[in-house]
Amino acid sequence: MKENLKSFFKKDGVKSVLASLISILVGLIVGAIAVFLVGIFKDTIGVKGAWEGVRIIFAGILSTGRNVVGSLTWGYNAVNLGDMLFRATPLIMAGLSVSVAFKTGLFNIGAPGQYLMGTMTSLAIALSIPSDKVPTWIIWIIAFLAAMVAGALWGAIPGFVKAVFNINEVIACIMTNWIAANLVTWFFDGSVFCNQVEAGKTGYIYKTSYNGVATVKLGLDKVFKGSQVNGGIIIAIVIAVLVYIMMNKTTLGYQLKACGANRHAAKYAGIKDKRNIILSMGIAGALASAGGALYFLSGNTEFFWSTYQSLPATGFNGIPVALLALNNPIGVIFSGIFMAMLSTVGMQLTNLTAYNEYITDVIIGVIVYLSAFALFIRTWISTRKKEAVAKPSEDKEKEIQEEKTNERGNE
Amino acid sequence: MSFLIQQTLLFMVPLMIVALAGVFAERSGVINLALEGIMIFGAFTGVLFVRTVQEIGLFESAYLNGNWGALQLFEILAMLVAGIMGSVFSLLLAFAAVSLKADQTIGGTALNMLAPALVLFLVRIMVNQNTLMMFKGDSAGWFMLKKTTFGFDKDADLGFFGNTFLNKVYLATYICLLIYIILSIILYFTKFGLRLRSCGENPQASASLGINVYKMRYSGVIISGFLAGMGGFVYALTSSNCSANGDVAGFGFLALAVMIFGNWKPLNIAGGALLFGLFKCIAACYSTLDINGDGIFWLKEVGISSNVYRLLPYVITLLVLTFTSKKSRAPKAEGIPYDKGTR
Repeated sequence: MKENLKSFFKKDGVKSVLASLISILVGLIVGAIAVFLVGIFKDTIGVKGAWEGVRIIFAGILSTGRNVVGSLTWGYNAVNLGDMLFRATPLIMAGLSVSVAFKTGLFNIGAPGQYLMGTMTSLAIALSIPSDKVPTWIIWIIAFLAAMVAGALWGAIPGFVKAVFNINEVIACIMTNWIAANLVTWFFDGSVFCNQVEAGKTGYIYKTSYNGVATVKLGLDKVFKGSQVNGGIIIAIVIAVLVYIMMNKTTLGYQLKACGANRHAAKYAGIKDKRNIILSMGIAGALASAGGALYFLSGNTEFFWSTYQSLPATGFNGIPVALLALNNPIGVIFSGIFMAMLSTVGMQLTNLTAYNEYITDVIIGVIVYLSAFALFIRTWISTRKKEAVAKPSEDKEKEIQEEKTNERGNE
Repeated sequence: MSFLIQQTLLFMVPLMIVALAGVFAERSGVINLALEGIMIFGAFTGVLFVRTVQEIGLFESAYLNGNWGALQLFEILAMLVAGIMGSVFSLLLAFAAVSLKADQTIGGTALNMLAPALVLFLVRIMVNQNTLMMFKGDSAGWFMLKKTTFGFDKDADLGFFGNTFLNKVYLATYICLLIYIILSIILYFTKFGLRLRSCGENPQASASLGINVYKMRYSGVIISGFLAGMGGFVYALTSSNCSANGDVAGFGFLALAVMIFGNWKPLNIAGGALLFGLFKCIAACYSTLDINGDGIFWLKEVGISSNVYRLLPYVITLLVLTFTSKKSRAPKAEGIPYDKGTR
């Protein structure tokens, strides 16, 4: 049994998962400490409020509000869980986008811009094709695919300047982000898509359900009653599996990974490195913009169009999602859901306590910071395990050494 | 024309000083993607300092008596505080990048996520809104240099030079320019500067000559943090009325682009910052821009959408980078963690 455990901890995958779990735990603890300290020093919150804040940080997904006495209640919360899955959808897509680029050795910080391009394209198409002539599900598919194409083209721009002009993709991505934000604002500024029916919603685009277009629910709304969840999460998971197959079972995936491991060696081996860099960023762009499309084609979300001053956080959060999953497409599903859980926890904090949702961003920041030296944590785990295991098995090692000396003697 | 020059200076100086911050980190071999985050943090601490001191009433009498010397001292103190806290914050990056040999791009991204989150979390708890302002008054009233500050009449004509550089300006702008010149000289004409640059090119060779690469990289990042933190506060002071809301409008990233555009050299960076400052200025105030002083707002009357002007700085950055990329030469060892064992 002990032997099994030892080899279990020696596996790279297990080490990686452990490293991610440690990052998450430390992130949560730092967040809890911040909440606790702030609570103690702020007399309007006090120790009681601080303790409530800490409990929500760790288990906010299961909080159901407050009872008549005013203390927190806990239990199964269908709305929370459903909304968590709904918010996880774009996060998983953004995470996939970042991880595909990572595997090719590129840091795709351009996911926010690609996400915006996908949002713009999908909304424009879903709202402009007349639904009385074309079935809504066909409109949905056209909008979704068009968003992916737009995102692929937009994502390929930084890839192109990287491959041809050797410009750092980080800078190129940041520039395309802001260009996208301005383009989207320009496109929607004064257009027919702006909501002019509902009062107080002039800053927003119509929901796609205005044109009858909405993502299919696939019965998920019955499981999580009252939440926004829809079939988008299933689509995201299917895409994640497809990306996994593409990266690990196809020639294309092999070529992309080879370029990431060593661009020059890949070129020497006859792989077209420039083409693959552009392609990788294109795929990344398509995935991120599919996230935007899935979020806004749901039929119950509204897009704030005057976005030139800020970039969508969902795109940036693709980075921690990918890092936590160590760029494994299947892992991205779980880390995406985890990040969505954090954002749900943030909402609970704002609604139920004197704290605000930004503490969850602090937690995410800490997690990203820790995953920067994931390698360090992984080595730390393996050395710890060695020390712990070394003592009981000293005799065995001796035996092995004796055997070896015997063998040498025999030779 | 005066207005154009003044506005351009307002955008140019933070860009310049933060780009120099990037130079100090990258020339020592550490990619500092966290400039934006450090700026945000510096702006927050600077504004918080101003607010707290005002709350205590320390410079109250100086303000009431119009003792502008004391108020300028107050401004310089706030800049110092922002710079020092920026350094402290950048230690997080230095620790990850130098001591733990972590991925510098991800470490920088982490700080960029951490800073606005932390700032907004604290600001919201402190004042129950998303913007931390001065306790009383505004930055123009407390810190701006005006004609009346120097004892001139409000309508006095000081000539082109006086009108442009002595009226409605901030001392911080000139201090930043001075620091920029001094630090550029240090980087190029002192022993310390040479050693720092060598660590960004070939740290192993530097180490073989007895230079402590870790120490040099730490100092590079700390200087970088100081400049970025100070630049963040200067931006908040001059462009957003001394308030902090966890956002510096992408200036840190723009500064990075300016740095790459300027080929990691101070003189070129100054030129790049001038170009981008000009375009940022046009984007921000094209509708009130009277270039030759004949009362015609030319840019407004052309009738181009405001979105175009806002788009321009970024498009031009990308295009300029594309055309200058052939000449671009980054420090050779930037982004590679220094390991004593490798040769």
